[in-house]
This record gives sequence, C-alpha cells and structure tokens, in this order.
Amino acid sequence: MKDVRLLHQPFIPGALIGPFTNAHPGLGGVCTFVGEVRGNEAGEAGEVERLELLHYEPLTLAGMDELADVALARFDLMGLLMVHRVGEMHPGEPIVCVSAAARHRRGAIDAVDFCMDHLKSASWFWKRERRAGQWRWIEPRAEDHSDLARWTKL
Amino acid sequence: MAVTILFLGPLRDLAGEPTREVAAPLDWVGLLAAVGPEVAAQLGEARVNVACAGKVLGEKTSLSAQDGDEVALLPPVSGG
Repeated sequence: MKDVRLLHQPFIPGALIGPFTNAHPGLGGVCTFVGEVRGNEAGEAGEVERLELLHYEPLTLAGMDELADVALARFDLMGLLMVHRVGEMHPGEPIVCVSAAARHRRGAIDAVDFCMDHLKSASWFWKRERRAGQWRWIEPRAEDHSDLARWTKL
Repeated sequence: MAVTILFLGPLRDLAGEPTREVAAPLDWVGLLAAVGPEVAAQLGEARVNVACAGKVLGEKTSLSAQDGDEVALLPPVSGG
C-alpha cells in the first residue's frame, strides 16, 4: 500500500507506523526514518525558536506521490508510508516520517534512504528558522546534493 | 482577468509581497520586467524554476501565461 500525506498539524509517528506495519502481513522487515526539528548545536548562536516549512499546493503533494511511485517501482517493497509536515513547528517536533515494508531488509532500508534524500533537496518545500526573533531561510547543504547524486550514479 | 505571480520562499522577501497581479498574457521578458531587478536576477539562475498553471516548465524562457494562470517562482528547495 502507498500512503502519502502532507500534514498541517503535529503528528505522532508511532500512531502511523503501527497500522502501516499491520497492513502488511507476511513482511520481512520495516524500516522507518523520523526527522525532527533540530535544537541548537554546540557553539551555535541564538536558540532555534521555530521552524517553518512552506509548500506549494499544486506541486508538493503530487511530487511526493510521484516520488513514492518511483521508490515502489525501484525497490522491492510491499508498502511505503511518506508523511511530511508543513507550517510552523517547535524543536523536537517530527517533520517527516518515511516507512517502508518489504519481504527483505535491503529494499526497505534503501527505499527510505532514497526517499529522504529526495525529500531533503528535490521536493517542493522551503524551510526557514527563527532565532532571536529573526527568520532566516535555509538552503540545502552541499551534502544534501551529494546524497541525492548517489542515486543517479548507478 | 490577469496573471498572478506567486513568490515562494526567499523570493517572497525579495519581492516584498507574496503575490503580484499583472496583465495577461505574460511571457519570459514580461515576467522579468514585472518582478523587479532583484527577483529577475534570481530567475536568471538555473536552480530557480518557474511553474505555470501548476506545471513546472522544462524551459522557463518558454513561459506563455494566459488570463487566469498562476505563475509560481520556485527558488532552491529544502525539505525534511
């Protein structure tokens, strides 16, 4: 099964992963990644107060759905869950959850890795954070692009 | 009727407003003129995309927006 969602409210990943796992009797493994709003790292100036994720209605969900189809076709999966938050969030809140169910572990692990790399730097989201009352846009890091490039080198 | 230009992400700050209405039809040259020099400079960069009526243009300079179309200016993305 394919379950792709954009959420405007906080979510509890476990509440989605439980039913997702149960929907695939006979599976050999489930791999799940949950991304959360990162708090401050050592030495960083100004506390992260908020993170805001913006999307573009006509493109974002359709693009995620297409990405899920590509992953389902590319990896040997029984099911794929892909959930992404939009709107304002606090540190510690989940932003993204990708879970893949498969007969064997490799497909599940690779599919989650593949989906996350594409969600980070090739999906229609824009991210900004507020520190000390100041909003600042966040651009993808060089690592995000090199992570994405791994999937086209095959 | 008109064409609505939608500024996404950091382009919204550069434009100073989220949307701008301009007369239809709108082509690439008209778009560059309508958005102001700062946003036009960004549009010149390959990593900035343009969508018209909900579809990302493969070649943004081929823009041909008609009455009622929304033209979205899409800067580099960052999700997850």
